[in-house]
Amino acid sequence: MERIGERVIQIYGNLVSLLRKCIFCILSVGPIPNHIAFIMDGNRRFTKKCKLMKGAGHKVGFSALMSILKYCYEFGVRYVTVYVFSIENFKRSPEESIVNRYGVRVIFSGNLKLLSEPVRLAAERAMLATDKNSKAVLSICVAYTSTNEIMHAVQESCEEKWDEITILNSSGAGYGLISLGGYEQDEMDHLIKLNDIEKHMYMAASPDPDIIIRTSSETRLSNFLLWQSANCYLYSPSVLWPEIGFRQFLWAILNFQRIHFYLDKQRQQS
Amino acid sequence: MWHLLHVTIHLCYFAINIANALESHLISKGLLRRYKSLHISKLQYLAIVIESEDCRTSNVIELLQWLADLGVKHVCLYDMEGILKKSKDFILEKFDGATLFQENDVLLDQPLMTLEFASFSDGKEAVAKAANVLFMKYLKSGSTSSYQGEQIFTESQMGEALKTVGGNGPEPDLLLVYGPARCHLGFPAWRIRYTEIQHMGPLKSMKYGSLIKAIYKFTMVQQNYGK
Repeated sequence: MERIGERVIQIYGNLVSLLRKCIFCILSVGPIPNHIAFIMDGNRRFTKKCKLMKGAGHKVGFSALMSILKYCYEFGVRYVTVYVFSIENFKRSPEESIVNRYGVRVIFSGNLKLLSEPVRLAAERAMLATDKNSKAVLSICVAYTSTNEIMHAVQESCEEKWDEITILNSSGAGYGLISLGGYEQDEMDHLIKLNDIEKHMYMAASPDPDIIIRTSSETRLSNFLLWQSANCYLYSPSVLWPEIGFRQFLWAILNFQRIHFYLDKQRQQS
Repeated sequence: MWHLLHVTIHLCYFAINIANALESHLISKGLLRRYKSLHISKLQYLAIVIESEDCRTSNVIELLQWLADLGVKHVCLYDMEGILKKSKDFILEKFDGATLFQENDVLLDQPLMTLEFASFSDGKEAVAKAANVLFMKYLKSGSTSSYQGEQIFTESQMGEALKTVGGNGPEPDLLLVYGPARCHLGFPAWRIRYTEIQHMGPLKSMKYGSLIKAIYKFTMVQQNYGK
């Protein structure tokens, strides 16, 4: 009896998977987003709403994340970024099966020095283990805020420029650059360029996102990818993160495809 | 099949737009009780992002008039290409209920609305300029030791540097996007950390009722600790 039940579930699962693949096949006639970012908001509210034990919402949220990653990589989205609001979200790392199956390289973005030693070491291990994967990228933003990212990138650019000047100076080709006597005022205002800053962003390894999805109807970005989201479609479904499913993913893709031509044009103008 | 899918989506949106237009009409006639009293004081600073190709000054002035009627005191008008910036004088002349926002203005209650004009160059390019300001400061401070990889700059120093180059106005509480998509189009990143972003549709089909609804939704939002 149990075996029949299991068999039925298996057949149902296969049918759902087949249907999903058919839908993806149809959708792939249109543009496929290269990079989708998620703000996983609502785990705690879900726990309260369903009157679960503390931490249960995060467990369900984690399964939701695994499903969403599966949809993204199946559809052909190369870069996925997730914003880990609280360290609770981060206590488990992505399932090995998904990482191996889709050739996912895992990157942790943010001010990792702020993490505790065991957490940071676990993150470094995960990054090392998946370093050779090249089919897709999963960026996990932890200890991350956009303003910190921008400030950090500015600092790194300044350090790089300082090193350049020091080297030039010591090789005798400095023209007194340390005292900046050799530069025109106009040049001094443009020593550090936009490109220099952008290459030092925590998220420099990924292109700008095409879609940012934040669950729980929240319409703000909460200091997430503010720099990179200039031409990005922002979608705020009303479901809580643990409740997110294929329906919301599908709706996001359809809307993205509707406005893709417009956003692409904006991107080229900026 | 794909085209059929998207035609269906278009029809869905068509139906949604008709429903929204009807609701907006009822709101502007004051027939929906919920929207009758707006706690406008919760809205300290409002940003409006407009699609550059859609920037008809007559529509912009009408929108400003609606905002003035609702009691909004401080507005930032943004478009990517800076078309609104170029029409700044014309807008201020035609809409006499506003003055230009001065950077050192504190957000107090004033008789006239303050208007700020911003464009894409006030975002990323301003950050690059601010980076140069900070770099110069560090060099001029005469420190001869190289960077140790520790934190040299703080976020508040960054904020100050941005103010010096004219790229750091107040942080808007609410940002309304008038364009084809819900997208902030490069509004200065430093200022929209916790800004609620709402999509209003194209400027040419703007409605007074939709504006009221958007502001009402904002006033009802409860932000969690940690935002």
